[in-house]
This record gives sequence, structure tokens and C-alpha cells, in this order.
Amino acid sequence: MTAALRIKDLTKVYGNQVHALKGISLEVERGDFFALLGPNGAGKSTTIGILFSLINKSSGTVEICGVDIDKDFPGAKKHVGIVPQEFNFNMFEKVEHIVVTQGGYYGLSREVAAARAEKYLKKLELWDKRNEVARSLSGGMKRRLMIARALVHEPDLLVLDEPTAGVDIEMRRTMWDFLKELNERGTTIILTTHYLEEAENLCRNIAIIDSGRIVHHGSMRDLLRQLHTETFLLDSKVVLPASVAIPGFSTRRLDDRCLEVVVDKDQGMNDLFAELSRQGIEIDSLRNKTNRLEEMFVSLLS
Amino acid sequence: MSALEQWIAFQTILVKEIRRYIRIWPQTLLPPAITMTLYFVIFGALIGKRIGEMGGFSYMQFVVPGLIMMAVVTNSYSNIVSSFFGAKFGHSIEELLVSPVPNWIILAGFVVGSVSRGLLVALIVTVLSLFFADLHVQHMGVTILVVLLTAILFSLFGFINAVFANSFDDISIVPTFILTPLIYLGGVFYSLDLLPDFWEGVSRLNPLVYVVNGFRYGVLGVSDVNVTFALAMISLFTVVTLVYCLHLLKSGKRLRE
Repeated sequence: MTAALRIKDLTKVYGNQVHALKGISLEVERGDFFALLGPNGAGKSTTIGILFSLINKSSGTVEICGVDIDKDFPGAKKHVGIVPQEFNFNMFEKVEHIVVTQGGYYGLSREVAAARAEKYLKKLELWDKRNEVARSLSGGMKRRLMIARALVHEPDLLVLDEPTAGVDIEMRRTMWDFLKELNERGTTIILTTHYLEEAENLCRNIAIIDSGRIVHHGSMRDLLRQLHTETFLLDSKVVLPASVAIPGFSTRRLDDRCLEVVVDKDQGMNDLFAELSRQGIEIDSLRNKTNRLEEMFVSLLS
Repeated sequence: MSALEQWIAFQTILVKEIRRYIRIWPQTLLPPAITMTLYFVIFGALIGKRIGEMGGFSYMQFVVPGLIMMAVVTNSYSNIVSSFFGAKFGHSIEELLVSPVPNWIILAGFVVGSVSRGLLVALIVTVLSLFFADLHVQHMGVTILVVLLTAILFSLFGFINAVFANSFDDISIVPTFILTPLIYLGGVFYSLDLLPDFWEGVSRLNPLVYVVNGFRYGVLGVSDVNVTFALAMISLFTVVTLVYCLHLLKSGKRLRE
């Protein structure tokens, strides 16, 4: 089976001689939920822009679902749905009309486009807003509208460029559920996000791009396995002693009731809790200080 | 895309364009109707009576074809320039650029949309002119051909302006400082015979002269220029401009990075 996306030696040099992409190669299998991460200016948006056909590549090859964009870009575009970072619809058009019109651009008859618009606007909880002009929607609704628009032609590959930016936490989780369901039904999804927790929760595979090069490409699990230490915050039921020392663990007392503990990946948590218990420190709750992927991300980029 | 899918995509762009200018009819259809009525009243009914005949017709009959063409030119041009630049400015043009719609369908959709506005305004102005002048079309084929080619040509010019424009100022510079003077000096209000030889020669370099006279020949049967030559020039300009517009879309100039 052909890959959903295959990029080989892709470069982009802008007119001002900025080398945004320095020969990246990437493969995303069909059915994957893939994260493309990187700091601002790393080359994520340029890569996605080339898939959008809004940026002309300098060299390299890109295949979308087996179709080479140099040989048949319109054919390749049929397989991909794009949710860009910036709102790019006519703010004065009605919500339903925006989705139906996009269907028309993909050659869908009005009846089919209207039925698909209804299906996806309902799934994304926008059906009640279908007769409102886009500019009256909230930021989160506008993002969902762009997802509905990108799905109207039911693409094999959906590319989401920071789809949950500016979306409240409740709606973000609803969107996660929707995207998971979409992925389970066979749609390959590529996600860029600055919420690393989102990438860790949703994605099975990951590529990290920095300064126009891929610095990691593999499974999320393998990447997180490379993390040597994890930092936990422990909330104590009792007031902590002025100094807390636990043999084998690096600790730091943050306040009267909160203790920071660094745990190596080959250390057991049982030893930690046994020692805390021995010292009369009863733990109320435990949480990661930072997201695990975030720690790995910072470590890879530093 | 199959032929059917391309047809649907074309229809989608065209309907969107027509809906746009119909929705804002007080800005798109009403102003030319009012402006042209004022031209008919002032230049035709009031001043025209003192001027007398021109080219063998009453002054009102003489100016009507030119005024209709003026409406076609300005409306075809301004429709596409504002619509396409607006889509570019608001980034909604990306909806089309990311889709599999071929470039020539994108161009055709926008151009036919603009032509339809040019022709609709021409129809409105023609109906209004019948309140002021008695018109009998002499050469229906030439009339239709000139008005269609002119609407297409100026839609294509408007498209080029929209592609290169960076701001809303840029889309008003060409109509204000180039198009309007060319129209006024293109023989709408006078016959080239009235000009001294030198200025008559200079006027013949103005493409609007051929547009106005071609149409006047179709309606009244008189022209200051050779009509076959005029049609050939309009056709040639249309083909060259069309090829250039397709090249702009293919290269992605000012549309893609």
C-alpha cells in the first residue's frame, strides 16, 4: 500500500535566500495519526504550504497517496484536506455556503456537497450556525468551520495546522474525540501543534523539525522511551520538613506541601513512596511537572 | 478532474461571483444606472440639443453607444479587480488554490462572472437610453461580438490588476488614472473627425477608440475607424491578455510564494 505522504529531499529557498527547508525526507503511513512538531520558524508551515500548493518547492519530491505533485498536482490535491493556521474564508459568507462552495471546487454536485456540509457541520456542532455569516462566529467556531470545509470532499489525508489554537479546553477535547473517530475510520491525519500534550495524546508517530531539518522521525512511544528522567510534583498531606532527602532521588522542596522529585527511567516509584512513607510523609497527589513530550522536545532542540 | 467535475467547479465560481454582485446591487448595479441617466440628461437632452448633429445622427443617438461601452468597460473591469483582489486580500483565494480546479477554470469563472455584470449593466443602460433616444441596431452580429469581446478583454485587464495589487489603493489607480482618461478620450462624446490631424492620429493609438467605434458601427452603422481592423485588434488583445493571465496563474506570481 502506498504511503499517505512521502516527502524526499525537499528544499525551499525563498527569494531572500532564506533556506527554510534543507532537504527533509518524511513518510506518513496510511491510517496514521502523525505529529509534525517544531519551534516557530522551523519549517513546518513551509512544508505544509507546499502540500497546500501555496508555496512552490525549490527541489525534492512530494507524493500524496502515491500521486507525485510534479506529475499530477490536481490529482494529488483530491486526496488531501487542509486546515490552515490562519482563517482563510470569506468572512461575509454564510457558514453552510462556505462548506458547500468548497465542495463545488472539488467537483461535488450541490446535493452531495449540501449533504456533506450538513453531516460535518452537525458533527462539529455548527449546524445551528449554518445561516450566520462567518465573521459572527467565535474563534473556536471558525476553526471548526475550517475543519468541516476541509472534510467536505472526504479526503484520505487531513492536514491540520494548529487546529486547536485559541479553542477552549472543553471544545478542544471534543475536537480531539472527533479527530480520533475520523482517524479510526481510516483518515490519515497530520497535525502540527504547539500543545505537546495534544500531540502526545493523539499521535502515534512524530517528526520534529528544526531549522529546516528533521531532527527526529519515528514512533511517539520510541521517542518518549528515550526520555531518561521524568520530573514529578508531589503534594503532601502534611507539612514537609525543612529539608527532604530521599536516597537515590534528586528532590527539591517547593513549598510547605509540595515536593519536586526527579525520577530516572530505571528507578521504581515504589522505592520513592516507601522512603516517603518511612519518613512520615503521606502523599495526597502526584503529577508530571511538564508534559513528557515537552521534556523530550526541549531536550532534542537544545 | 473529469469534464463534469470541471463544469461543476466552473458553475460554483460563476454562481459565487454573480451572487456577490447581486447581493451588493446598490454598489454594483445602481450607480452605473444613475450615472448614465445623468449623462443622458446633461450631455444628451440638455447640451446635446445645442450641439446638433454628429456623424449624421442626433447628439443623443451618437453618445448612447459610447456610454453603453463605457459602462461595459468600467463594470467588467471593476468587478473582477475588486472580487479577485478581495479574495486575495482576505486569503479566501486559498480555498480555490488548494483545490484541484485547473487554472483555466478559475480564470474562466471569474472572467465570465465579470462579463455577466458588464452585460447586465449594459442592458440596464440600454433600457434607460431608450427613454432618451431612438435606437435601431444596424449590425446585430458586430454589436454582440464587440460587446462580448470588450467585456472579456477588460475583465482580463482587471484580473492582471488584481494579481499585482498589494493594497486597495492599487486597484483604484488604474481605473482612475488610466482607464477613465482613455474612455473619455476614446471618442465616446465626439467624432475623431472633429480633431486636428495630429490629435486624430494620437487618438488612434487609444484602444478604447476601436471598442467605442466598433460598437457604434454595430448600433448606428457609422464608425471613425475600420471596423474589421477594430475587431481584429480587440481579438488580438484578448488572446494575448488571456495567455498572460494563464501564465500568471500557472507561475503563481503574487499568489503563491
